[in-house]
Amino acid sequence: MAGKKMVSGLINANPVVYEKKERRVRSCPSSTDEHIDQLEVSDHIRDIKDPEHPYYYLEELKVVTEDSVEGDDGKSYVRVTFTPTVEHCIMATVIGLCLRVKLLQRLPPRCKVLAFPLLLRVYEHNRRDTHLTR
Amino acid sequence: MGDMLVYGTCEAIDGEKDPQCLMIAFHIIELLAQLFPDPSGPVASNAADLFDVMGCYFPLHFTHEKDEEACVKRDTLSRALMLAFSSTPLFEPFSIPLLLEKLSSSLELAKVDSLKYLHDCALKYGANRMVKHYKGLWSSLKETIYSSIETHLSFAPESLTGPGAPDEGVQKEALNLLQSLVMQDASFLSFVVGDIDIDIVFDTISSYCHFKEMLEESKRKVLAISEILSVSAKASASSCNKIFEIVFFRILKALGILEKNSEGDYIPQEDSTFSGRLNQGGLFLCIGLLTASKDHTLSSKEHSMVSSCGHEMWCSMVNRSAFSLIQMFSSAAASFDEDDGGADAYLGVKGLLTLGMLHGGSSLLSRSIFDKVLITLTSIITAECGKTLAWKLALKALVYIGSFIDRYHETEKTLTYMNIVVDKFVMLACSDHVGMPYSLILEAASDICLTGPKHVHKIIQGFEEALCANWSDSCVRGNSRSIENCVLLLDCFSNKLLPRLNGVVEIDDLEDILLQFAVSIWNKIETCRVFSCTHGKELIDPTMMAMRQVVAISSVETQNTIIQKAYSVVLSSTLPLMESIPSKPVALEALKHFDLSIRDELILSLFASTIIAASPTTDIPNVKSVVHLFLVTLLRGHLPAAQALGSIVNKLGSGSRGTKISSTSSLEEAYKIIFHTTFEVGKSLYSDGSGESSSGSEINLTKFCFGDYDGMNLQNHAITGLAWIGKGLLMRGDERACDIALVLLDCLKTTDSSGQVLQSSSMRCAADAFRILMCDSDICLSRKFHAVIRPLYKQWFFSKTFPILESSIVKPDTPLSRIMLYLAFTHVVSNVPTVVILDNAKKLYPLTLEGLSILIHDPLGKDAVYSLLLVLSGLLTDKKGQESSIDNAHIIVNCLVKLTSYPHAMLVRETAIQCLVAMIDLPHRRVYPFRIQVLQAIAKALDDPKRRVREEAVRCRQAWESIASRSTRL
Repeated sequence: MAGKKMVSGLINANPVVYEKKERRVRSCPSSTDEHIDQLEVSDHIRDIKDPEHPYYYLEELKVVTEDSVEGDDGKSYVRVTFTPTVEHCIMATVIGLCLRVKLLQRLPPRCKVLAFPLLLRVYEHNRRDTHLTR
Repeated sequence: MGDMLVYGTCEAIDGEKDPQCLMIAFHIIELLAQLFPDPSGPVASNAADLFDVMGCYFPLHFTHEKDEEACVKRDTLSRALMLAFSSTPLFEPFSIPLLLEKLSSSLELAKVDSLKYLHDCALKYGANRMVKHYKGLWSSLKETIYSSIETHLSFAPESLTGPGAPDEGVQKEALNLLQSLVMQDASFLSFVVGDIDIDIVFDTISSYCHFKEMLEESKRKVLAISEILSVSAKASASSCNKIFEIVFFRILKALGILEKNSEGDYIPQEDSTFSGRLNQGGLFLCIGLLTASKDHTLSSKEHSMVSSCGHEMWCSMVNRSAFSLIQMFSSAAASFDEDDGGADAYLGVKGLLTLGMLHGGSSLLSRSIFDKVLITLTSIITAECGKTLAWKLALKALVYIGSFIDRYHETEKTLTYMNIVVDKFVMLACSDHVGMPYSLILEAASDICLTGPKHVHKIIQGFEEALCANWSDSCVRGNSRSIENCVLLLDCFSNKLLPRLNGVVEIDDLEDILLQFAVSIWNKIETCRVFSCTHGKELIDPTMMAMRQVVAISSVETQNTIIQKAYSVVLSSTLPLMESIPSKPVALEALKHFDLSIRDELILSLFASTIIAASPTTDIPNVKSVVHLFLVTLLRGHLPAAQALGSIVNKLGSGSRGTKISSTSSLEEAYKIIFHTTFEVGKSLYSDGSGESSSGSEINLTKFCFGDYDGMNLQNHAITGLAWIGKGLLMRGDERACDIALVLLDCLKTTDSSGQVLQSSSMRCAADAFRILMCDSDICLSRKFHAVIRPLYKQWFFSKTFPILESSIVKPDTPLSRIMLYLAFTHVVSNVPTVVILDNAKKLYPLTLEGLSILIHDPLGKDAVYSLLLVLSGLLTDKKGQESSIDNAHIIVNCLVKLTSYPHAMLVRETAIQCLVAMIDLPHRRVYPFRIQVLQAIAKALDDPKRRVREEAVRCRQAWESIASRSTRL
């Protein structure tokens, strides 16, 4: 296992993979007020693939979650705070760029999009017993 | 030789992984076992080896392919292995331990397979071989049932009559196995009834009255033991007796309905009152046992065994305690404690239902018990004034019992049911019961009556009686409550009862009852001469609806009778029904003063709906004057009259007897009356007409469409009437429909040939007339109402009118008339089958696109824009239309881009964006130039107020961006 890690040369060869969360169903779809909300933005970014592990979605690695999105439709800004799987991840810039581009494509032009890495995650991969669960 | 064969088979199986080879190998084992059944033969001596190579395949699991892709399904292969396992009892020492071991596995698949295999093996090995495994079998089986049981109990009405256990899975297989073991060998039952857990369960239920108080584990045990006991009881008569003997009195004791008699024995109390808390666990166990005995009697009935259950011990036990049980169930059902999901009410009703069904199958219980159950359930329904859970449960139970006894043809019980339940509800429907809302009574009554043909008969008569009573009451006293009741009754009759009559039950004399119903409505109208103005109007629609439906499902003879009756009532009214066609023109002034009273309006509407629903072969008395009547009332804006006229011209002379009666009532004559009856302008009703020749002051229906005469707003009425008449002609494929279409088209122009200017409202009305012509209606001229429908009539009409529409659109008089012409065009095109649209793609494209760009500015035309857009999307998405799409790509994009910001309807924006996505499929070189334009429009749509539009916009943007570079997207 250790040998493989060396050969692969990946920053985090064995990230913890989580279950994909079920999409939250909107409680009242016919409401008159349909602003762009947290759920809608997170739906846009949940299916971005991880640049290092193209088999996994960012959501599966908990790089982004529904809570990592904040924003205000009225003030036209969206901020995504993502958490790379390891604290020293050099892919953070790439992930940030992916998020930004995706949102710039999918949100109206008036929206400002910011994407920051958050470095205060409890990094579970340090635990010995973690391995690919798939 | 035998040894060689067995050895060779072992060799062949060992390590084999191909499913098809394994199928054959397992089958060979089966054959070998048949070939050498001798206990000292080659199979016997090599049984251990043979089982060794075969046993390691259990449980079967495919590692590579998914099940759907495999050439041999997992289930098929597993079945083959099972047959190999059970092929000879010689395998028993090896197979049963292996299966029991795998049964304790945590894999669901392994469990299910083990249970299935055990079932098959137990049957084939025989009780003698199995008996030594009973102890182990019972303990594993019990554990399996415990772990698989669902502890969440549903107390909803749906689960009252549904199957208790799931259809497949561990639980079902486990219970199956248990049942067959008990059935095969009664000695297995001693393990079941001797189990210590039964005592534990009784301890639990005596210390906790409610399920919610029990610990999850204890509750699981109660439910599991209940299942185990009922499944064992279901197995055979003797097992049923044994289970009842051991646990039934214990249950009754736990429920508190046993008392000590003089000899010190416990017997059920004769009449007891339940002051204490109800014991839900006890109720549950009791219902489980009763259900099991019911299923047992039913299955013996289905296997046509001569049932002698009446003499069985369990039966006498139930008989003795039945009255106490009913009392307890009914007090549970009446419980108001709804905070635990209505458990008490549910269990109470379920218990009553089970007792009621127990009666079915054989004459087990005395009739009085059945009576008592029905009376109790009925009183639950009548006692509740709201639609509570208990109400719904009790109704469902009654309906279920009703259809149950109908299914098993129990005449005696049907009679009881009729006397106690059906009569009661019919009586309630007829009386003004204060305690219960009338709509609930009707709902219950109509649900219950659908359980059997005789009940339907009774209930329709009841409804008829109730209707008459309420009707008279409302007429005489002007009672508004009675009117409401009438409306409720008629609604229930036509929306709930009649639609379900065709499918649910077959009724012999349905015709007569319906005839009687219709005739008594007419009788009521005939006798009630006065209608209070305030309430009478509410009655018109429901009565029409009911009459239409009754006539529609009646036979021709019945229809004839109803129409005769209706005609006689019309004659007695003050409606201007002319016995003969007036030779002189009717003075227009007469129309002006012609005002319908409520009663006349009711009669006219009802008469119209009778005509609408009649079949073509039905005779209409004095057609000419009827047509005349409808023509005159149509001009006063009476819509049913217009529809009836449409129906008459549609059906006249086309029935099988048409040739015979054509002399009196041919289509030609009706047509002549409709279009050649002239009205005189500027004369009063009683003045003498000046002449018969058509002078400038005489006008007919067609002319009414163009002008406003005598200050009366007859134009719109005339146009709508013309549309319905046209529809009738169109559907039978009559050429004159096109003449009518031409007249309507003329109305769309701002000025007609004589130079008169039309109002915009009339123009819109005329445009809408094309919708009436082309759209399917469900209240008139439909298959249900016996319309004469020529195949492909819409195509035919389209091919006739399209060239005319096309030419008039090219040279419109004014912008307004242009909009209206496009509106009419939309109605025609959007109702034509897609095939026709695709065949005419080339011609339709320019008109559709221009229509969209014009209608976009008409705020009232959003439905039309949507319909036209759907036409466009049909053209875009089909291969046939693509060639024209390529030619028009530029205009299409322009148009769709405009529609992405259509403010009046979200559906339009959404569909426009979807159409833009569909355009990607056109050749790359053709669509690439529009890329910037589309992306700009979509950027705006990303900010749409509606979420669904934004979602579509995201998809569209992705698609259009991807045509620039085919590289992978982020």
